[in-house]
Amino acid sequence: MDLLFKIFIDPFLQMGAMPDLLVQTLWEGLVSGVLYALIALGFVLIFKASGVFNFAQGIMVVFAGLTLVGLHEKGVPAWLAVLLTLGVMLALAVAVERVVLRPLVNQPDIILFMATFGLTYVLIGIGEFIFGGEPKQMITDELGLPRGAIDVAMLGGRVTFQKIDIAAAVIASVMIAALAVFFQYTRIGRALRAVADSHKAALSVGISLNQIWAIVWFAAGIVALITGIMWGARSDVSFALQTIALKALPVLILGGFTSIPGAIVGGLIIGIGEKLAEFYWGPLVGGGIENWIAYVIALGFLMVRPQGLFGDKIIERI
Amino acid sequence: MLRQLTLTALAAAGFASLAAPAAAQDTVYVPLLTYRTGPFAGSGIHIANGMRDYLEMLNQRDGGIGGARIIIEECETGYDTKKGVECYESTKGKNPVLYNPYSTGITLQLIPKAAVDKVPVLSMAYGLSASADGSNFPWVFNPPVTYWDGASVFIRHVLQAEGGNIKGKTIGLIHLDAPFGKEPIPVLEALAKEYGFTLKLYPVPAAQMQNQGSVWLSIRRDRVDWIYNQGWGAMNPTAVKEAVKNGFPIDKLVGVWWAGGDDDARAGEAGAKGYKTLNFHNTGANFPVLQDILKHVFDKNLSQAKREQVGENLYNRGVYNSMLIAEAVRTAQRLTGKKAVNGTDVRRGLEALNITEARLKEIGMEGFAAPVKVTCTDHNGHNKVFVSQWDGTKYVKASDWIEPLKNIVRPLIEEAAKEYVSKDAGWPKRTEACDAPA
Repeated sequence: MDLLFKIFIDPFLQMGAMPDLLVQTLWEGLVSGVLYALIALGFVLIFKASGVFNFAQGIMVVFAGLTLVGLHEKGVPAWLAVLLTLGVMLALAVAVERVVLRPLVNQPDIILFMATFGLTYVLIGIGEFIFGGEPKQMITDELGLPRGAIDVAMLGGRVTFQKIDIAAAVIASVMIAALAVFFQYTRIGRALRAVADSHKAALSVGISLNQIWAIVWFAAGIVALITGIMWGARSDVSFALQTIALKALPVLILGGFTSIPGAIVGGLIIGIGEKLAEFYWGPLVGGGIENWIAYVIALGFLMVRPQGLFGDKIIERI
Repeated sequence: MLRQLTLTALAAAGFASLAAPAAAQDTVYVPLLTYRTGPFAGSGIHIANGMRDYLEMLNQRDGGIGGARIIIEECETGYDTKKGVECYESTKGKNPVLYNPYSTGITLQLIPKAAVDKVPVLSMAYGLSASADGSNFPWVFNPPVTYWDGASVFIRHVLQAEGGNIKGKTIGLIHLDAPFGKEPIPVLEALAKEYGFTLKLYPVPAAQMQNQGSVWLSIRRDRVDWIYNQGWGAMNPTAVKEAVKNGFPIDKLVGVWWAGGDDDARAGEAGAKGYKTLNFHNTGANFPVLQDILKHVFDKNLSQAKREQVGENLYNRGVYNSMLIAEAVRTAQRLTGKKAVNGTDVRRGLEALNITEARLKEIGMEGFAAPVKVTCTDHNGHNKVFVSQWDGTKYVKASDWIEPLKNIVRPLIEEAAKEYVSKDAGWPKRTEACDAPA
């Protein structure tokens, strides 16, 4: 009886008793959720274009962040370093298309998936060789990102909004919207959707598969850089960051691998859900549930919608 | 990059030149299980540099230890237990004198192997606290303090700061959700009963090291008075940042000695001023031993560290670790009369280790650390610890040396050692003879 009370009643009593903490938890979840959505978007773009789950997305976040900070350490001004980093991500996209994807055209999806595994370890090796394994501080001030916090007295307590979190939420939202519009309404976006539907049909109407692949990998590189900057500013830029990117997995399970709105909604559900779960229900099992509760939430949704919230329902004839 | 290539080439050339006259020259082989890559590299690199540079300095300055040149070989574990065991298996055939696993997870795997392969394990101030019981763990050594001693020193520090009464206070342990992070829990639970404080646990899974938002919200909700941080790698700078961000009084956040990297505190910028960490050696480069490292290693371009990192906390930790290795080898040489000692000899050396004030002065470490004495029954010493505090640019000594609560810790260790041994029906009874202290 006591256990049932702790599971079903007590957390809600706590929410009512300390509403400021509830708002703070929701805010933390929202910020994390937007960032998860951004990471998930990187996966979705590549999956839509090539049917490949890009395991290397996490290390691309680290690689982009390290390149930016590394260039700045060498004396390159911050915004020039951003441009050069974008150049590096473009070169990476072209190299991936030429060296990894092109030779594997028409191979089974699992082969391409394994190739992104290989790419992950290549990028880890190159990153450690060039930048070393030490964590680096994100160049927050140099990029003009805000510092400090805004304390708001509300609901009988206080809620703290970190300015960097507000910036992260705003920039990530703008980025997501821009990418969604770009791929929804532009010629390249239509080409991407054609490629996603059928490689052969897209080729037959003159769409260059190679060009589309390079473009989506570059878009994923831009997403990686933004994520690296934002998450790096909240903690630091180290190889540990790549594990954060795996948080996109439950987001994708939930939102569907092919849906941009799914990545956004999924990110928010996972971000807010895991924070609420950890804060209110975590203490019942000794805490530390944030790591796996996201998958429980995603699997819960899958029981109702196996294709994910916004995923395409695939019906195959037999 | 070029520098790393040059160093690798030099190391290869050095190893090749050693290999040829190996029969003519006495050597001791010291494998170092280190991690310069992966999520924990931020902590691991500095320690690896300190360990390597001290041994290299002995080679350059003295030609090794007691006439035996040191063959130093690093094996990259990435702080991964599986890789650590692979490193052990791939190097144990080279006659290692001891192993430094540099991970509690790896240490736990090597403990049962040590007695079988006759190579002692030196888990300096980490690993299994219960292995301080030399009667049950003759091949494992963890001087100068255990995690349990550290937790007890933290509570003594809190007692001192709170005027001797902490009844009704809430003390939190934020810890890596791994064997290392969980180590202080039993002693903190015992001390909570003894002193009447409430203990709250905040585990941080490795995948969440840089995503601690909800943990610190929980700390805020629970109105925690003091926090003990048993963290490592990327967890520490994030914890300091989150403490600052959440307005937690930074001088009430105290890290175990492994949560005392200079980079950990730097991450919190100005707000981290006042952050505390336990320590058992000093910081700074103004000690003769560190000056010798600069002269014999850095001036010859033989280090992978940056010159300004000499004297930082974790670099000095690595130096201290290698000092223990070297003194154990030296003691073994004295006990056996051999230059090229092996694992069995160095086990005896570790067990007879007695580093006095006079000896510390001889090796250029006067004021750097406190004396250490290991005995056949006590493989740790439960030595004194002090509190270091971040002054905004470096750690400074912020307390006197504090004695651990041995009366509470030691019985717990002996009890835990008996329990560990009783779970393994085939655990060998100690047959090793006991040497007189050096």
